[in-house]
Amino acid sequence: MFTKEKKNSQIFQDSNHLSPTSELEVAELIKEAYRKKFPIDIHGSNSKKFIGYNVQAAKSLDLSSLSGVIEYLPEELYIKVKPGTQIKDIENILEKNNQELSFEPTDFGYLKDGKSNKGTAGGCVSCNFAGSRRFKVGSVRDFILGFRGVNGKGDIIKSGGTVVKNVTGYDLSKLVSGSFGTLVALTEVTLKISAKKPSQNTIIIYEKDPKTISDLFNMVLSSSNEISGAVFVPDEPKSKKFIPNKSKVFKLNDLNQEGAFFAFRIEGDQNSIKERIKDISNEMDLKKYKTSNLDIYQSDLFWKSINSLQLFSETKNNLLRAVVPPSKSENMMSFLKNKYRYFIDWSGSLFWIEVPGDENIREVKNTIIQNDGYVTIIKKSEDFEFTEKLFTVDDTKLMISKKIKESFDPRGLFNPGKMYKDF
Amino acid sequence: MSEIALPKVDRTIVSKKDLIVNNLKQFTHKKNVLSELDEIRPYETDALAAYKNLPLAVVLPENTQEVSEILKFCHRENIKVIPRGAGTGLSGGALPLNDAILLGLGKFNKILDIDFYNKCVVTQPGVTNLSITHAVKHKGYYYAPDPSSQLACSIGGNVAENSGGVHSLKYGTTTNNILGVEMVMMDGTICRIGGKTLDQEGYDLLGLICGSEGLLGVITEVTVKILKNPQIVKAALIGFPTIEDGGNCVTDIISNGITPAGMEIMDKALIDATEKFVHAGYPMDAEVLMIVELDGTKSEVEELFKQIKQIAEKNKSNSFKLSKNEKERLGFWSGRKAAFPACGAMAPDYYCMDGTIPRGKLSEILKEISRLSKKYNLGVANGFHAGDGNLHPLILFDGSNKEELRRTEEFGAEILKACVRMGGALSGEHGIGIEKRELMCEAFNDSDIQQQINIKMSLDEKNLLNPGKVYPILRKCAEEGRVHVHKGEEKFPDLPRF
Repeated sequence: MFTKEKKNSQIFQDSNHLSPTSELEVAELIKEAYRKKFPIDIHGSNSKKFIGYNVQAAKSLDLSSLSGVIEYLPEELYIKVKPGTQIKDIENILEKNNQELSFEPTDFGYLKDGKSNKGTAGGCVSCNFAGSRRFKVGSVRDFILGFRGVNGKGDIIKSGGTVVKNVTGYDLSKLVSGSFGTLVALTEVTLKISAKKPSQNTIIIYEKDPKTISDLFNMVLSSSNEISGAVFVPDEPKSKKFIPNKSKVFKLNDLNQEGAFFAFRIEGDQNSIKERIKDISNEMDLKKYKTSNLDIYQSDLFWKSINSLQLFSETKNNLLRAVVPPSKSENMMSFLKNKYRYFIDWSGSLFWIEVPGDENIREVKNTIIQNDGYVTIIKKSEDFEFTEKLFTVDDTKLMISKKIKESFDPRGLFNPGKMYKDF
Repeated sequence: MSEIALPKVDRTIVSKKDLIVNNLKQFTHKKNVLSELDEIRPYETDALAAYKNLPLAVVLPENTQEVSEILKFCHRENIKVIPRGAGTGLSGGALPLNDAILLGLGKFNKILDIDFYNKCVVTQPGVTNLSITHAVKHKGYYYAPDPSSQLACSIGGNVAENSGGVHSLKYGTTTNNILGVEMVMMDGTICRIGGKTLDQEGYDLLGLICGSEGLLGVITEVTVKILKNPQIVKAALIGFPTIEDGGNCVTDIISNGITPAGMEIMDKALIDATEKFVHAGYPMDAEVLMIVELDGTKSEVEELFKQIKQIAEKNKSNSFKLSKNEKERLGFWSGRKAAFPACGAMAPDYYCMDGTIPRGKLSEILKEISRLSKKYNLGVANGFHAGDGNLHPLILFDGSNKEELRRTEEFGAEILKACVRMGGALSGEHGIGIEKRELMCEAFNDSDIQQQINIKMSLDEKNLLNPGKVYPILRKCAEEGRVHVHKGEEKFPDLPRF
């Protein structure tokens, strides 16, 4: 043990890029960091590195080599993986058993460098960004059954397990989701998986009036037809500040690229889909609108484009992610008009808004907050002024968060300043 | 009455009772402060009635500001506080302490806002689970988590225990069905977490509070999600000749990609008990009875029941009955829902356990329970939320016989240890409370528990809020096992207490 510790201590001293391959190594390296009070930048494959503040740390702890499936039991509906396992690889494995991660992890690859990159399981959990099915099935945090990791003192800790119902102590799996690596260095995560629906269809409604769109979202949320996605994609602004993308991204035979559209998805077996489309046609009085229908193949491509933010591919502008109560979607649309490029997901709740670097970002943020929402500045333009906070947090929540941070990482070594300036 | 180690009583607090009671009367109407024996007696226990203890006083505040001022006062004066909802908890989470104020949320009984547009209800914590559904059902909505005590249990208590129910297989537990809370910290700080939006940014404090058993804060308002009623709901009663066949059928249904709204299993003992009690029409030749409920569209439900029937037949089912109408469906459930009173009619007392196992271990755990039943010479009836592996063995015993009570508790502890060994959890939905506190070491090591205690201490540094619950009172896991107190003497008086 002595020799091993000495070896880790040497590795720690010699290299600024630490790339452990076992949980024990992670723990030993963090113990060393704790002893020497060295802040560390914890990351996976860096696919979402640009989100949050830059971490000022001399050492980086790269968990991407800690990868692989530990246990996959399709009949128990879980998969246990090491944090560096690529989401793409997990999805391929699940696909073979007609299973999936039903929270649809957001793919930030296009935004970063124009191609798909869903990153790692650890990164997905740490950022907690769920896709279009969120309003129906839950967020990433609802699919974390348990984890193992190392806290800021170098202690290996675990919480949860592999079963869905589990009230044994605080649910730390939730707390770790969305904590951007500031609480633990993950070494293992157990994800709840779901059966993949055999088929899907998407109905497109060509409409742009904010009131009508807001009503359509409400009808989706009020329907018992288990609609599993609803988005609104407005016209792109004519301003030269935006690179036109829409017609390229949504190039599908049965989708008219001209103008704004509302789209919703139905999944299930084909009979059930037919039955539900018929029912929804009455509920929404679809004959009033110009509509088209995307078959299973086009529908699949369509939602992949939505969940990989391809509309904003390689943008140099700021990108904001805002969540408001669905009843506020109309206010938001009236404010955004054609000034910004945006689209709405989660049936009226989630807004992805592109704001050019020279536009007033504060005005947009204030509007979101006035509409009872919260906002994260996901991507920053080159001339972004850091006077704007990247995350929304009130003083009380900040105070509680700080205390929780200290309980995991008393010396504040993990990703310092990543989420909030204070810690 | 059973005895268990509780945090050491602070005699100086007890000696200042009159002063404390008078002080509390400054923060709320004096009729809301109870201190006479006959007034506080009803609060001496929750639904884990084997344990009783009187609080110093009971205070029933009427609004958040009062809760804040009471907590601020208790924090300053080092007085322990035990929050309590409806007192229906089965793990002793609301057991009072002699030197603690019991903070009852019973007067927080109003629904504040029904927001159909945003599909949520803002409610005070003392409102019962079922009354939320009652408040929205006229427009075809309901609140999904449905613990068996839903008629009486409060939504605040549901948040504290992360309650589930029969339908959590498809719709999740409380943590998946709430959007926000207002909470008062032990030092009196009022905070709002979440609201009417999905998710929150930053640390998921809502996820932390849900299931924290009243140790981190007092919930004073809850925003819950409501769902539209499904178009059609049908249930099937399926009988199996052996435990293995029933267990395999559960696994096969899930493996085939079917997610029923609910999937329950009852063993022979429970079938017999409930049939005698409510005459639900259960097949008496079955060793194991399964209730499967599906919801969705008509064609989908019909198609999936066809598949389920085939899967059941493959697993040697000896009966299959599909509900023809709503009355019949409710009839199928009537037996399952009467499990507790039915067991109550079979023995003077029953002890309801709550553990979780991976679905595939269902027949293994049932065999183990049967072996333990012989070992301890005590009857047991088993009801399972089989779809999510949550088991509720009901151990039958006579509480007036001390020796039998001791055997019952040991029997229960052995079942839970077996759950953990099989890869499951100590509690699926009842929480740890005092009941399973000392068993936490079966599931977690010192580092795991220390991390949890660190969180507790970061938000309640004096350990005043519901102390003695959830975490082993003997600090080291090496001292595992149930702790008994004999004549008020603790086993390890020199160990630090948490």
